[in-house]
Amino acid sequence: MSAYAYYPGCSLTGLGKPYDESVRAVFAHLGLGLEEIPDWNCCGATSYMSISGDKAVALAARNLALAEPMGLEIVAPCAACYLVLSKAQHTISGYPEIAARVHKGLQAAGLAYAGRAVIRHPLDVLVNTVGLDAIAAKVIRPLTGCRVAPYYGCQIVRPYSGFDDPLRPQTMDRLLEALGARVVEYPLKAHCCGGSLMGTMEDIGVRMSFLLLKEARARTANMVATACPLCQYNLEAYQGQMRRAYGEDVTIPIVYFTQLMGLAFGLAPKALGIQRNLVTADPLPVTV
Amino acid sequence: MRKGSTHCRYAEDVNPAFPAEIMAQPGGEALRDCIQCGTCSGACPVAVHMDLTPRRIIALTRAGLEADVMASSTPWLCASCYECQVRCPREIKVTDVMYLLKRRAIEKGTYPKRFPVPVLAKAFYNMVAAHGRNSEARVVIELALRTNPFSLLKMAPIGLKLIKTGRMALGQERIKDPKQLRAVLDAMEES
Ligand code: SF4
Ligand code: SF4
Repeated sequence: MSAYAYYPGCSLTGLGKPYDESVRAVFAHLGLGLEEIPDWNCCGATSYMSISGDKAVALAARNLALAEPMGLEIVAPCAACYLVLSKAQHTISGYPEIAARVHKGLQAAGLAYAGRAVIRHPLDVLVNTVGLDAIAAKVIRPLTGCRVAPYYGCQIVRPYSGFDDPLRPQTMDRLLEALGARVVEYPLKAHCCGGSLMGTMEDIGVRMSFLLLKEARARTANMVATACPLCQYNLEAYQGQMRRAYGEDVTIPIVYFTQLMGLAFGLAPKALGIQRNLVTADPLPVTV
Repeated sequence: MRKGSTHCRYAEDVNPAFPAEIMAQPGGEALRDCIQCGTCSGACPVAVHMDLTPRRIIALTRAGLEADVMASSTPWLCASCYECQVRCPREIKVTDVMYLLKRRAIEKGTYPKRFPVPVLAKAFYNMVAAHGRNSEARVVIELALRTNPFSLLKMAPIGLKLIKTGRMALGQERIKDPKQLRAVLDAMEES
């Protein structure tokens, strides 16, 4: 059985719990192990980068150091974690002076990092390592009737990921098709949802997310699939604010791509955290 | 008319150390290569809300007009979507430059006071340094209390739904060995 070192990150223990549940369920169903990195800490998200360069790298690097003895590739489902861990890795390999300071910091705490981490997003692992054939073989309830807008957001495709096009990604499209869903043409698939602006400058965040949903509906999608806990939250929890701000109803279920996989595999909705979604997903092939 | 475009700048307004210091940091290196094509501004989904477009921020930074850059809302509105950065034909790391500017503003205390972004960044930073993890609800509540307490009322319905669906806990998440993390961060402080 192949296995991965799992970095859930803070969001997946809270807002993104259904993402955590569905990633674990889908990996287990495909016979892939996920071993949680022992005592992982917050990656620092974008806030740390706003405050300190070196410390942001060191904070993320503690996780890479803790994972290294496991000898496994790291899987990070949260887009921000995926970006931050990748950025730390790039900084350490590209800037020897910073790397030296980070190594000193890790050493002071009895840690060491040889720089060998490989950080991957589950979308990449599932499509490019497991493969669409192996996934299609597990589908017992094809997602007939699902017209999905595949929403990638920013940070899983830009700027560090090498697994897809940074502006016109395709990986999730192909995956959803393998599950039997219809994928609608969605030019905003890698356009920003507003990210943390939703918490700091709500009117701007609401506008950005509103445009994404308006377009998804205009393209006849009956659900949006996401790969990031912050995108999922912004698009799902603010639909009421969007309606109030723009006088237009954009109600649409926002699901994790791993939830759709699990449903197509015939896994129990509860095991995929479907009951935690705020907008019920009527067109899903199960009633919750 | 956008701020900054109506009056002249003089030699006294220039801080030559400013571009040099930005360029000395990771991500700032290529600043001088900018050809002012405006691709970054055209790609930026937030540009319509900014007082200075990303292109202008790059131009002003390169010119050493620090006061204009530091007074701008732009770095604080940047959503870190990296659209500008992957599209720039001169491989300027525009998003990374935005981070460098935020960091500089927080260090020097020169950020525009009405922006909650630095408050959020600090609340988050302190929580993670102390506990090793961030607890979303606590960060949000602290931010609201420090900037706009009334916004908590507005957020309450969403908050309740999230608590009901088990997606928001009010407790503090923490790692088992915060001392080890502290040791890493302290050692970074010294170097
Ligand atoms: S896209 Fe690049 S070269 Fe063009 S204006 Fe922006 S930073 Fe300068
Ligand atoms: S990274 Fe920031 S400046 Fe660049 S396009 Fe996105 S929001 Fe605009």
